[in-house]
Amino acid sequence: MLNPSPSRIAAAVERSLARLGRDPSLVLQHLIALQQTFSFVPPAGIDRLVAALGVTRAQILAAIDFYAFLHLAPRGDYDILFSDNITDRMLGNGRLMTQLCQLLGMSPGSTRADGLVSVGLTSCTGMCDQAPAMLVNGLALTRLDDARIRRIAALVDTRVPLPHWPQAFFAVSNNVHRPGLLLSDLEPRDAGLAALRQQGPDAVLAEIERAGLRGRGGAGFTTALKWRFCREAAHPEKVVVCNADEGEPGTFKDRVLLTSYADLVFEGMTLCAGIIGAREGFLYLRGEYRYLLEHLEAVLQRRREQGLLGQGMADTGTDFDIRIHLGAGAYICGEESALIESLEGKRGVTRKRPPFPVTEGYLERPTVVNNVETFLAAARIAEHGGYWFRSEGTDRSAGSKILSVSGDCERPGIYEYPFGTSIARVLGDCGAQRTQAVQVSGAAGATLGVDEFQRVLAFEDLPTAGSFMVFDDSRDLMEMVRNFADFFVHESCGFCTPCRVGGKLLRDLVEKVAARKASRHDLDEMRRIADVMRRASHCGLGHTAPNHVLNTLDKFPQIYASRLASADHTPAFDLDAALAEARALTGRDDVGAHIAADVGC
Amino acid sequence: MAEHSTFRLDGRPIPFAPGQTIMDAALAAGAYIPHLCHHPEFAPHGSCRVCVVCADGREVSACTAPAAKDMEVESQSESIRALRVSILQMLFVEGNHVCPACEKSGACQLQAVAYDCGMLEPHFTHFFPRRAVDASHPDVILDYNRCILCELCVRASRDQDGKRVFAISGRGIGSRLIVDSPTGRLGDSRFAITDKAAHVCPVGAILPRRGGYRVPIGERLYDRAPISRVGDVAANEEA
Ligand SMILES: Cc1cc2nc3c(=O)[nH]c(=O)nc-3n(C[C@H](O)[C@H](O)[C@H](O)COP(=O)(O)O)c2cc1C
Ligand code: SF4
Ligand code: SF4
Repeated sequence: MLNPSPSRIAAAVERSLARLGRDPSLVLQHLIALQQTFSFVPPAGIDRLVAALGVTRAQILAAIDFYAFLHLAPRGDYDILFSDNITDRMLGNGRLMTQLCQLLGMSPGSTRADGLVSVGLTSCTGMCDQAPAMLVNGLALTRLDDARIRRIAALVDTRVPLPHWPQAFFAVSNNVHRPGLLLSDLEPRDAGLAALRQQGPDAVLAEIERAGLRGRGGAGFTTALKWRFCREAAHPEKVVVCNADEGEPGTFKDRVLLTSYADLVFEGMTLCAGIIGAREGFLYLRGEYRYLLEHLEAVLQRRREQGLLGQGMADTGTDFDIRIHLGAGAYICGEESALIESLEGKRGVTRKRPPFPVTEGYLERPTVVNNVETFLAAARIAEHGGYWFRSEGTDRSAGSKILSVSGDCERPGIYEYPFGTSIARVLGDCGAQRTQAVQVSGAAGATLGVDEFQRVLAFEDLPTAGSFMVFDDSRDLMEMVRNFADFFVHESCGFCTPCRVGGKLLRDLVEKVAARKASRHDLDEMRRIADVMRRASHCGLGHTAPNHVLNTLDKFPQIYASRLASADHTPAFDLDAALAEARALTGRDDVGAHIAADVGC
Repeated sequence: MAEHSTFRLDGRPIPFAPGQTIMDAALAAGAYIPHLCHHPEFAPHGSCRVCVVCADGREVSACTAPAAKDMEVESQSESIRALRVSILQMLFVEGNHVCPACEKSGACQLQAVAYDCGMLEPHFTHFFPRRAVDASHPDVILDYNRCILCELCVRASRDQDGKRVFAISGRGIGSRLIVDSPTGRLGDSRFAITDKAAHVCPVGAILPRRGGYRVPIGERLYDRAPISRVGDVAANEEA
């Protein structure tokens, strides 16, 4: 793209300011708008935002450098990012990317010299049930295969504008294969809100308490208790946040809920607002789901018109409205305090706790952050009562759990089960065969071998946010380990030493193993680093990032043992490689200019 | 009512007031817990993780964890010491810390804490990152090679100087300190040697000019006494 003229940039900033507002907390949303308009954030745009919002240039540069989808240098007019979860890799995303790059005459991870197109990788885009997938200018494309890649190359080379690409490319299916307690009832009736009106907030909160609902985003905190804490916090301005960051590799159930059950999710948020007394609500939508933005805005607008949001909403005597904030490519922004930082326009760095968000969250106001599925469940509980929900599940894990199943199985997609369901049952239902391992709850979760398939999904056994990735016996689990180790290096926020540095040390050792250069000593080192990360990291990302390494070292030791170089110790320092510069300078590359790798010292 | 409760730090009773962290209370009682990003004048940060302690069986950072009545806190156990050494080693290999060639040697908190914890070697593979030195300012040198991302300068400039000269940019292992100025250089920023931010760096990343080797190596702060006795660099700089 030609460099945009100063007047175009000025106009774009003005439009964005007029549309979103001038509060400093909106800086990230403005940056996202500029990125979308120009394929980068132009320096003149930064100058204008500094002047208009009172934020520093450094804060803006820091944010651009933090969020993967923001750039200081122009991306191609077509900005193509292949989703790079292990499930995408298993379906050949690497080969497809190479193919596309060959057709376009460029190399992966670059922008073509004419500025027309960029091709690169991005973390899991939440399309594992219809992978391999990619984002083009932020919009999701699914079910990539050779034919699609050829078409895409042609469309790019002939500069066909994105709106004229075949609509089928952008189709995203729900793939709900097993609806349960929540998903078998599609109809929004706002009956939960009616209950709030008729019975009052205390009664509805009591039902949610009776239901034993625990958070669906991973940690499993008791929802009623969280709402109660927030309600009792001193500060009068409360905030409700729906966490739709859904960044955990292999998770895509929130995508389906937002696609087909958005009313229920918003109803749940509105209930929460009515109970805690909030006027302000946010849906934090991961950038990868930007294609859902228009639909979600339309649902919100309709609800406002129906009197279910906005002034005097739902006749509950409160005004409550919901705004959508976009993420911009950062897994850590799913962590609730990092999400709040991001809502405030900053880098998504986790806060210290205490204080917890329920007492000091968004702009230091008491804030409830809940997962999409949690709000949906709350809405149905308000309608049907706590016992209805409790009728399924286990004592400590009431109700159902919606799973995102992907990987080696015949029917990847959405499955809803009562808590307490075994891994084996899920594997049977999704048509998985010759399964050697299941990764439960994403890259941060647990790696299970065959002898554990009788274990059950429940907070007391295998807690899960819903990701369920299946690996059959043709797979090399080292590829999974490499993928996850890379993921955590890419997604660490960088705040604390163990995760920031330890994550890279661990990844480098994984690569050393994969390259067959490691020794037994390196495996001990991996455990030592993992131990430091688990014990001393600041937040959940660092605590869980080494799980996959520790799990596979324990349960699948052969993937490491079969690759060990024989020695007890192999140096990390490659003497021969270190001489490359000297060889280049002297123009030599003969045998005498090399040092054999097996020369001991 | 100034009724004090106590918790136990390595067996020693430490009184604390409500709202105090383990670190606050320990420092007030004259008990040393190794730390780098903590400074009593600024809000607790909790990023370096060097002050990790085991409190009632859970590992927490002493600078952010509230003290609680009758809590058992372990700071000097072998297990915690070894954990701290690993964290310090991570900090050493992440940057370029060539102590024998550094002007700050002997008065550097990273070096002193490493001695205190018994760190004998960097252990992990060095990253040897390529980082620049910013010599654009008339009164200080900003050497990014030694920055440990403690954000003390960020906090000091924002919270005390009211200038927001520094920020952390990027993410993950690519995180780095940046300067708020049109060019990104310190000399073009509003930074002044009289700023609080000029005197809080625990390492040799923000180095005032014209003071080099005024105190010979061997006679410096931590050459004379261990950090557990004399405390932080910042406290001594200001004294
Ligand atoms: C690294 C990390 C990423 C997370 N990502 C998400 C996410 O994408 N969606 C989510 O709902 N919760 C996520 N969480 C959990 C949130 O911090 C928080 O616990 C949750 O949103 C609370 O909602 P719930 O109680 O309804 O589960 C994440 C946590 C961590 C540590
Ligand atoms: S554990 Fe990782 S993601 Fe969490 S604060 Fe530390 S560096 Fe950031
Ligand atoms: S320059 Fe010094 S004070 Fe500032 S972040 Fe780096 S180490 Fe900390």
